[in-house]
Amino acid sequence: MSQPFRLNKEGLINRNKKISFTFNGKKLFGYEGDTIASALIANGIHLVGRSFKYHRPRGFFGAGVEEPNAKFQVEFNGHSEPNVNATEMELVEGLSATSQNCWPSVNFDVGAINNFLKMFFPAGFYYKTFMWPKSFWYKIYEPFIRKAAGLGVASIEKDKERYEHKFEYCDLLVTGSGPSGLASAYAAAKNGAKVILAEDKPRFGGTLLTDDVSIDNLSGKDWAEKIITELKSMPNVTVKNRSQVFGYYDHNMLVMFERVSDHLEKKSKFTPRQRLWYIRAKETILSTGSIERPIVFGNNDTPGIFLSAAAKEYMKVYGVLVGKKPLIFTNNDSAYETALEFKKNNVEPIILDTREEHSSELVDEAKSKGIDIRFSHGVIVANGYKKVKSAKIGKLNKDKNSFEKIETIDCDCICVSGFWTPSVHLASQSGNKLKYEEKIDAFIPDKKKQHETSVGAANGSFTLEESLKHGFENGSNLSAKITETKTEISIPNVNEKKYGAHDKFWCMPLPKNENPKRFVDFQNDVSVSDIEIALREGYRSIEHVKRYTTLGMATDQGRTSNLNGLQLVSNIENKIVPEVGHTTFRPPFTPITIGTIVGREVGMEYMPTRKTPMHEWHEKNNAVFVDAGAWKRPRYYKQGSENLFEASKREAKNVRENVGICDVTTLGKIDIKGPDAAEFLNRVYTNAWMKLPVGKARYGLMLREDGIVMDDGTTTRISENHYHMTTTTAQAANVLSHLEYYLQIVWPELNVNVVSTTEQWAGAAIAGPKSRDMLSKLYPDLDVSNDALPFMGYKEAEFFGVPSRIFRISFSGELAYEINVKSDHGMFMWEKMMEVGKEFGNQPYGTEALSTLRIEMGHVAGPELDGRTIPSDVSLNGLVSKKKDFIGKNSLGREAFNVESRQKIVGLIPIDRKSSIPEGSHIVQDQNAKLPNPKLGHVSSSCWSVENNNPFSLAIMKDGKNMIGKKFFAVSPLKNKSIEVEVISSHYVDPEGKRVRS
Amino acid sequence: MLYIKCPYCGLRAQKEFSYGGDATVKRPNINEEVSREDWDNFVYMRKSPRGKHIELWQHIAGCRQWIKVQRDTATHEIFQTAKVTEEIR
Ligand SMILES: [Zn+2]
Repeated sequence: MSQPFRLNKEGLINRNKKISFTFNGKKLFGYEGDTIASALIANGIHLVGRSFKYHRPRGFFGAGVEEPNAKFQVEFNGHSEPNVNATEMELVEGLSATSQNCWPSVNFDVGAINNFLKMFFPAGFYYKTFMWPKSFWYKIYEPFIRKAAGLGVASIEKDKERYEHKFEYCDLLVTGSGPSGLASAYAAAKNGAKVILAEDKPRFGGTLLTDDVSIDNLSGKDWAEKIITELKSMPNVTVKNRSQVFGYYDHNMLVMFERVSDHLEKKSKFTPRQRLWYIRAKETILSTGSIERPIVFGNNDTPGIFLSAAAKEYMKVYGVLVGKKPLIFTNNDSAYETALEFKKNNVEPIILDTREEHSSELVDEAKSKGIDIRFSHGVIVANGYKKVKSAKIGKLNKDKNSFEKIETIDCDCICVSGFWTPSVHLASQSGNKLKYEEKIDAFIPDKKKQHETSVGAANGSFTLEESLKHGFENGSNLSAKITETKTEISIPNVNEKKYGAHDKFWCMPLPKNENPKRFVDFQNDVSVSDIEIALREGYRSIEHVKRYTTLGMATDQGRTSNLNGLQLVSNIENKIVPEVGHTTFRPPFTPITIGTIVGREVGMEYMPTRKTPMHEWHEKNNAVFVDAGAWKRPRYYKQGSENLFEASKREAKNVRENVGICDVTTLGKIDIKGPDAAEFLNRVYTNAWMKLPVGKARYGLMLREDGIVMDDGTTTRISENHYHMTTTTAQAANVLSHLEYYLQIVWPELNVNVVSTTEQWAGAAIAGPKSRDMLSKLYPDLDVSNDALPFMGYKEAEFFGVPSRIFRISFSGELAYEINVKSDHGMFMWEKMMEVGKEFGNQPYGTEALSTLRIEMGHVAGPELDGRTIPSDVSLNGLVSKKKDFIGKNSLGREAFNVESRQKIVGLIPIDRKSSIPEGSHIVQDQNAKLPNPKLGHVSSSCWSVENNNPFSLAIMKDGKNMIGKKFFAVSPLKNKSIEVEVISSHYVDPEGKRVRS
Repeated sequence: MLYIKCPYCGLRAQKEFSYGGDATVKRPNINEEVSREDWDNFVYMRKSPRGKHIELWQHIAGCRQWIKVQRDTATHEIFQTAKVTEEIR
């Protein structure tokens, strides 16, 4: 198999290593170092896709990030990825690429009929055409658009690849390894600065790889290699290829996307596919270069039409000819380099130059080499449907708007150059307001907003000498400020060809009665006439024109189209470009994969998992876990074929009848110490704390300043100036921050310290009528009688030789204790309890039974303390002191909190005593009322009361106090249920609270 | 992502901090009579200035200290950071 467009020697590819791949099912080969694009062009393949709107045949246009057309669905290394830029993706063995946006095939595409029906697809066609009838949208328009205009298919398989995030800090980040980037990095490195040099392509050097220049008598490529080699050897420098800095964020943080292993045939198991770098740079050099812009002409989207610099890059980097009968269409000198490169490879180009007879170093060289140059000429329209066959060219009159002569000449490719546009995306993202530079007809960075400095072509300087000089100077000065070291570097001698002035010409006029499409934005199919329509219809702001026509809104972000679009708007409007302004650049500069954004934070690594010291025991004993924040808590312990309902009922019943133990390690624990601790607690909690004796616990309620309940829990006075506070599992972190806020900011005069001890203690609750019996076996030497250890009592004692804390507190409403030991002893404690508890019928119980026990007792928890309730709403007003001040007290006097019909906690039982009431159900008077049905309240917590053997729920209900005894409906449209309920007291079991004191 | 200079720990990434609102709000003294209006202003009323704003942040994944940060709400520029016991002019 020969490659008809591959040169014999030229290029930086490895001709010793063939790589086979397929394109649209056809087996082809390329060489190591090829991109998909260069390999296809070498094989003479140019028709690679269909356009977005009109399904016109499209070919390659660029050779890098600027490519608007060649986006493939690519399968490699076992995964499938859409929208891969063929000009950037390196060829790997076995890769398979498919054209997108064509159906059934790229050669025969039914959507191409759109091209002939284009009167239906003008600017704003989405807004106009598919508006009516409305019912057509889902069934006809949308499926049609989706099928005909999709941009590739996302894989629905789990991504097996590994992605990583990396955080890095440096003195100087250099984005781009062209001449100015290399010079900056080198100068900064020599000053001892920590430097990161990022290059998005596989090869370093940027334009040095393709321009005919010499530096200190080395070719551009060799000089780049020399500098890179030296930089790589320096310990203070990180050099990264295949790495695109795509976003510039606040405080000089830049984000870089590194393609680590997509180009590798084999990689080790833990090599990531791609890596996202968060780089905090003290200074940033933006050496992002420039992108050639096209000249607009008729059918300028025909396959075989390239940017002239891309054509040159294909020859010089990949050894590939984009055609053998090239037509070069230019308004400036740079395309002459492409022409000379063709000539060097024995291909005869014809140059059409819009300028009148012109002379410069490059033009003269082309003339002397006998190249056919036609001044005042341009391409009017390209002929050929799936590939350029010929071009209608015209000699322009002096007005540049009419033709002296029109003729047709044969060609197989057209290389177009409309001068250069600095890549100012990162500068713009940093907050830099750009300014229009008339000399180059483009925007360049203005005053810096962050620590960014644009150099070289990105700053509008297009000569090598200037780029190097700026690079060395800025790299040296910026780094010297940081390292306070300045190493003198002699600026090398440069040999380059001087460019003449470019022609301010960007769009070919059309002869009368000819109306071929002239595209401005290839990827989104926006043509000159679309922009004209938008302006005719009254759109003026460039941001509106952009959205109406979709100009520059495709994944290429208008890299080749923005300025031509602006020129067009300003010409029609008779304004100059700076008045029209430019649209906003936003990250990412190039598309990046979702996998990279996510990084390692998937599956197990999505968030940390917190396990209690007894976790393994729970696992071994068939615990079914539930997430409580990051904690894993046993929800129930499955016995045999039990389900959740059966198991939790068994566990709860056993607590009511015998005794059960529950892992309560996850409760928040805060150690509070200091002479002012009591005063502090007195301000934090709603109830009185000044007189709590040592060795006693107290239930406390804390509010936010707006009077809403924040959290509840018990706090125990361990010693004179030492308290142990517990919080709910969910609020632990918030409560700590809350306490720190008051201690550090509001009452710094209080001598108190707080610290979280949640992880330091393992906790187990022992609950049930037989809990005291069990406790006495656990502490045979301790008096645990009701007198010695009463309700809300506290003792410290040895638990089989390990220190422990015993709190007589209860969440279940039963006689109960909580034992804390150091975390390391948690498992020992738990196993001992299981062993000793056997004779009392002890069983472990999970959070589901725990909920059942507290709900039927009417104890409130998270679902009731939901950020909307004040103490009296949940029957906790007994805990609110009238005498002292505390956080949130002043808010409790607010009018709305004190109206008679204020919401209150109530209990609900179903009339049939059978139907469980779904949590979240709304309480309504009439289940058949017209919507919106007035809501009287909502069901906050539901359980199966093991005490009464029927469902029971807690609800927060308007005027709840006066509703007891009345009947309502609890409706849950989600569960499609409506249950008739009776309102009762929220204390369904043991309303006097006798058991806890027994 | 902002880069915030904790007066205790030095420059740290924003993700180590949590935001705490306007630092110039002063809570009425405990145990002192306060008018309904003053109290409501303290609890609810906040200015939302465009430009310089002195605000509280807590170095939650660091030293756990609450700090003052003077930040431009439009540009995110941070002019000054200080301990809560210090003044920002
Ligand atoms: Zn800190």
